[in-house]
Amino acid sequence: MNQNPFLQSLHWLAESSRWSGPDGIPIRTLEHLGYTALGVVVAALLAIPLGLAVGHTGRFKGLAVATAGAARALPTLGLVTLFALLMGIGLTAPLLSFVILAIPSLLAGAYSAIESADPATVDAARAQGMTELQILTRVELPLGMPLLIGGVRGATVQVVATAMLAAYVGNGGLGRYIFQGLGSQNYPQMIAGSLLVIALALLLDLALLLLQRLTGPRSARTP
Amino acid sequence: MIGFENVRKEYPGGTVAVEDFSLEIASHESVVLVGSSGSGKTTLMRMINRMVEPTSGRIHIDGDDIAELNPVQLRRSIGYVMQASGLLPHRTVLDNITTVPVLRGTGRREARTRAQELMETVGLDPALAARYPSQLSGGQQQRVGVARGLAADPNILLMDEPFGAVDPIVRSELQRELQRLQHELRKTIVFVTHDIDEAFLLGDRVVILKPGGIIAQVGTPQEILADPADDFVASFVGADRGARTLHVERVDGRDVVVDADGRAAGVLAADGPAQERPS
Repeated sequence: MNQNPFLQSLHWLAESSRWSGPDGIPIRTLEHLGYTALGVVVAALLAIPLGLAVGHTGRFKGLAVATAGAARALPTLGLVTLFALLMGIGLTAPLLSFVILAIPSLLAGAYSAIESADPATVDAARAQGMTELQILTRVELPLGMPLLIGGVRGATVQVVATAMLAAYVGNGGLGRYIFQGLGSQNYPQMIAGSLLVIALALLLDLALLLLQRLTGPRSARTP
Repeated sequence: MIGFENVRKEYPGGTVAVEDFSLEIASHESVVLVGSSGSGKTTLMRMINRMVEPTSGRIHIDGDDIAELNPVQLRRSIGYVMQASGLLPHRTVLDNITTVPVLRGTGRREARTRAQELMETVGLDPALAARYPSQLSGGQQQRVGVARGLAADPNILLMDEPFGAVDPIVRSELQRELQRLQHELRKTIVFVTHDIDEAFLLGDRVVILKPGGIIAQVGTPQEILADPADDFVASFVGADRGARTLHVERVDGRDVVVDADGRAAGVLAADGPAQERPS
């Protein structure tokens, strides 16, 4: 028997029984994606409108930058543990942590997207008689969309890579393999779980990169 | 008619852009505000569509105090052509031109038909309709800017150094086009420039501004050239350097008009006795 844990982890992945059933890779991957999507969507609902408002009005920018910076510094494992102690085992504690993890990137993406619009273009739009909301939706957002998607991309990759912590407090997801492996000193299984998380993160990153390219203003893409 | 009554603009830092400005601009008249930077000319123009709010004083259009009008509705009723075109980079030429009519609720199809007519009016090839602003030359972009300013058929057209960023040949072409357009359309035009020659070319009346929006002289180009109000005006129009003092020299049997430095300005017309201009 080959003792190299990396090769063993490939064997672990290749076993057909891993790919079906409630503890199979497809179900665990879907759970993992579900946690990620939920965390990013809740964070987006909070951070994107806030970031758009900050970018458009230019007010509270210092506060937004400071808050985002401070939130970035919070250790997510610590947050998961703290929230789990406060609220008990379940999905609420990790989800709350994922939301906090996702907010800085989303906030920065949203306000830098709006700020990136040429002030002369915004001035012209206002002078033609656009309302502030029309300036936001018809000028600033279309021009800044790649930066906004960039924020979503950053947040998604961070959350998908961290979502294995959900299993730390008794939930599913690909983290199951990692924490089970840790408990039973099954290193090949831990490596396999990690590889799956890495692959998922790379795939999502690539998909959002493509979306980012596609949402660029047409004029910028046709030289 | 546009009226400024004792308009003052002071910025929070204490900078006074405009001290105390009063002027009446008649309907269908083309008035050029000319002055160097810091003269408050752009500030004054932008007060007409409430892009800048006066600190005190009153501005009225056809008797209505504009402070009581909705700024968004007001802006949609006034054409605005700006320096460096200010076109929306993510929209096609045609969509840029239809901006204001669409905001005003004109049907898209109707707005597009009108935009295509306007492209011809301002001398743009209809084939450019689907292009983006970055794919046009500077002169073409300014033409689109003028078409956009005219799209909702406003009575008033504000023009903020619209030809400042294009090369001299294109600029004089655009100036001639504007003269032709104004001859046909008879809009009330408020035009801002720092170029006195452009002011004399395009203005029925010219307002020469000193720093702080102080009027040095208002008059037709002829009046200002014939009788500069003070040394500032004389220097601004170039009269003190002899650039405006022309005399005739006979060269090869023709009458060549030259300025005080001997630079040729043109040729005297063969049968051109001095005309008495009604003032």
